[in-house]
Amino acid sequence: MLSKRSEARARRPIQRDSFIEEWPEAGLSLFDSPYDPPATLRIAGGRVVELDGRAESDFDWLDRFIARHAIDLESAPEAMALEAEELARRLTDISVPRSELVRLCGGLTPARLTQVVGRLNVVEMMMALQKMRARRTPANQAHVTNRKENPALLAADAAEAAERGFAELETTVGVSRYAPLNALAVLVGSQTGRGAALTQCAVEEALGLRLALLGLTSYAETLSVYGTEEAFRDGDDTPWSKAFLASAYASRGIKVRFTSGSGSEALMGHAGGRSMMYLEARCLMVVKGAGSQGVQNGSISCIALPESLPGGVRAVLGENLMAAMLDLEVASGNDAMASHSEIRKTAKLMLQFLPGADFIFSGYSAVPREDNLFGGGNFDAEDLDDYNVLQRDMQVDGGLRPVGEEELLAVRRRAAQALQAVFAELGLPPIRDEEVEAAARARSSEDMPERDAVADLAAAEAFLRRGGNAVEVIRALARRGFRDIAGKILALEKLRVSGDYLQTSALLLPGGRVLSAINDPNDYRGPGTGYRLSARRWAEIAALPQAADPRAVGRGTGAGPCLRSAGEAARSEDPLDVVIAVGPAFGGALEATLLGLPHRSVLEALMEGVREEGLRPRVVKIHHTADCGFIGHAGAQLSGSGVAVGIQSKGTTVIHRRGLAPLDNLELFPQAPNLTLETYRRIGRNAARYAKGAPVTPLPVEIDNTARLKYIVKTTILHRREIEQVVEGRPPEEMHWDG
Amino acid sequence: MGEAPEYPLAEKQPGRLKTPSGLPFEEITLEAVLAGRVGMEDLRVTAEALELQAEIARRAGRRRLAENLARAAELTRLPEERILAIYQALRPGRSSREQLHALAAELERDYRAVRTAALLREAAEAISPGPAPPGEAG
Repeated sequence: MLSKRSEARARRPIQRDSFIEEWPEAGLSLFDSPYDPPATLRIAGGRVVELDGRAESDFDWLDRFIARHAIDLESAPEAMALEAEELARRLTDISVPRSELVRLCGGLTPARLTQVVGRLNVVEMMMALQKMRARRTPANQAHVTNRKENPALLAADAAEAAERGFAELETTVGVSRYAPLNALAVLVGSQTGRGAALTQCAVEEALGLRLALLGLTSYAETLSVYGTEEAFRDGDDTPWSKAFLASAYASRGIKVRFTSGSGSEALMGHAGGRSMMYLEARCLMVVKGAGSQGVQNGSISCIALPESLPGGVRAVLGENLMAAMLDLEVASGNDAMASHSEIRKTAKLMLQFLPGADFIFSGYSAVPREDNLFGGGNFDAEDLDDYNVLQRDMQVDGGLRPVGEEELLAVRRRAAQALQAVFAELGLPPIRDEEVEAAARARSSEDMPERDAVADLAAAEAFLRRGGNAVEVIRALARRGFRDIAGKILALEKLRVSGDYLQTSALLLPGGRVLSAINDPNDYRGPGTGYRLSARRWAEIAALPQAADPRAVGRGTGAGPCLRSAGEAARSEDPLDVVIAVGPAFGGALEATLLGLPHRSVLEALMEGVREEGLRPRVVKIHHTADCGFIGHAGAQLSGSGVAVGIQSKGTTVIHRRGLAPLDNLELFPQAPNLTLETYRRIGRNAARYAKGAPVTPLPVEIDNTARLKYIVKTTILHRREIEQVVEGRPPEEMHWDG
Repeated sequence: MGEAPEYPLAEKQPGRLKTPSGLPFEEITLEAVLAGRVGMEDLRVTAEALELQAEIARRAGRRRLAENLARAAELTRLPEERILAIYQALRPGRSSREQLHALAAELERDYRAVRTAALLREAAEAISPGPAPPGEAG
């Protein structure tokens, strides 16, 4: 039987995650399987004749491809002679430059690469990734899809994602025949606002290549590789077919990155007892050998499998690092749900977010999870404000920027309108005005009117068959008054003529410019080097739309002053006199409490309480202190009954009595946020009862654990205002109540 | 790693770029597209541009990427259907060794695609059924 606390914990989301022990025979271990080979390399006659314990005659596809294409024979003897630990140290040593490590790591075998990474703890891996990623400036990729495959919504979501700073937008299809329209919608959306994103549509290779040729997409990352020959075979590819495909895409000016990631071989039943990291090292060396500029890895869609094992999250970072060591662009995963637990998901993200990756997410779900046809991202559209806050908290460039609501709505609406125009010009099934408006404001495809799916699919097929392409889109946009978007799409399409974004880790900047590891190489060498937030970028990250101007907090509530001076206050001899001593800003420079209760109403409530007990309230303003205890204490010195209520402008209240030390009291109500007008009335009553010597039940103090969290900022600012009004030595002032 | 003052080509040396039909890069303008002087077939990388990019990659120490881009330069000469057919042929169990060698010969003969042909020959020995002859991998 569970304890009640265990029962409470059993309901927590983390309990829905799966956890298993290692089982190396099934490929369910991360590092150091007993079946992993030793790290060996023999070179004879200018070629590799033994690789990781296997002789050339026993090479499988991967050994053969790696031996031929992925090991730098010049640096190999030197690199393989180094202890794994020595190389691991150099990875974290800021005095060893990236270029030197790239040279050495190029000469490692998969087994040794795995061993080197295995020597690093998770913080060292992050240090190494910070230095080893290819491009200096980190960036981010978004997933843009929806369940209904609504084109207007795709365009709006793509526009928003690009506006938020995503440098790549990946879409896909539920029904593959939609692909040309989905690609078209995302293309138009991507260039509506800032115009700085490459786009892709993840579909079967032949169709993917076709869409790219038509200019509807500009990159592809569907080229999956696996760490064993059997898994490769099940994936219906060979290292040579993938290498050929990479060149084929490049021949049309299309950026390509490969996909790998731990766990896929075990999932397919073809791990051969090898550790996930060793198999991933093999994958990555195939990627490198194929001449790909980069890879998306970090387990990708299998993420919950390594995460079920001890050390899984660390190992997934190790994968990203291995790719960077091989001088590959890394789009570092975070694209599939890694946990049910928000705590665990965020903790996992930090390992790529903090050091930075070429693309931190290889698919942040820019749409709500239920609309994500990739299976739902680790973070989704509803986490965007959290993400922006994380960037601001850590002063880390996570690739995104906060955008105000007006700007978002404008860019979403315009993207949908632009696509509406393109559809009309190209004779595609019309997008109605109500769809445009719905797309601008939609949370998800649930909010979209239904479309005629049969007509859309027929149109999509016809569009593809007749070779509908980006140039038609450009012309259609220009004809319908979207010349700016037409120009941006053309600037993007022009780059396929230059091939500039085929270089490692390329992304598009506004104005059709390209940033890559060539013109923005990572030059991290410790503090003061590498990527640093520019003043401009930092200001952008810091400026959350919801960040308030602290100078305006508490100003101008409209309540107006409620107190008038009646000269210096004197001590009363009236035993029915109860002083209500207010802080120096009360009812003047400030007009309301922390919770927004007008000072006028608060005073009314306190006075009413005093009167209910038959006593006479008298308002006195304290000028020489802003401290609640001292305000009450000063009031008590003037009170005929000796009892006073002291109240700060922010609402903190004390009941004081003459004769008590300043910081002592009869009752204290420090949590102003929990005080209502009714409580103030009861405070007045209690004060009066103390004054007449009646028995008093102290008011219960409510505990609100979040009060400090919610109000500390406002408390600080209001208190500062109060202190600004303090005049040292100025005596208390009798006040007339204008109630 | 080597410097690349000419990169990005589109910004730094647009004068070296042309479309496959020979149109200078800087003449790809919205006006030209709207007037019908530039079509989708013009928005395609040329073998020359790919070779320039391969050289930039090589100078940056990226030999394999450079090799890939050099193969890509060759493949600019292949029609799409041929590309897809060769890709299919390289998938597991699709082709005999002889068929792959024949494709390699075609690539060399019809498209001057020497590097791609070498990749196919290597694949022929690696992936087709039957034992590989000794020493072929070099």
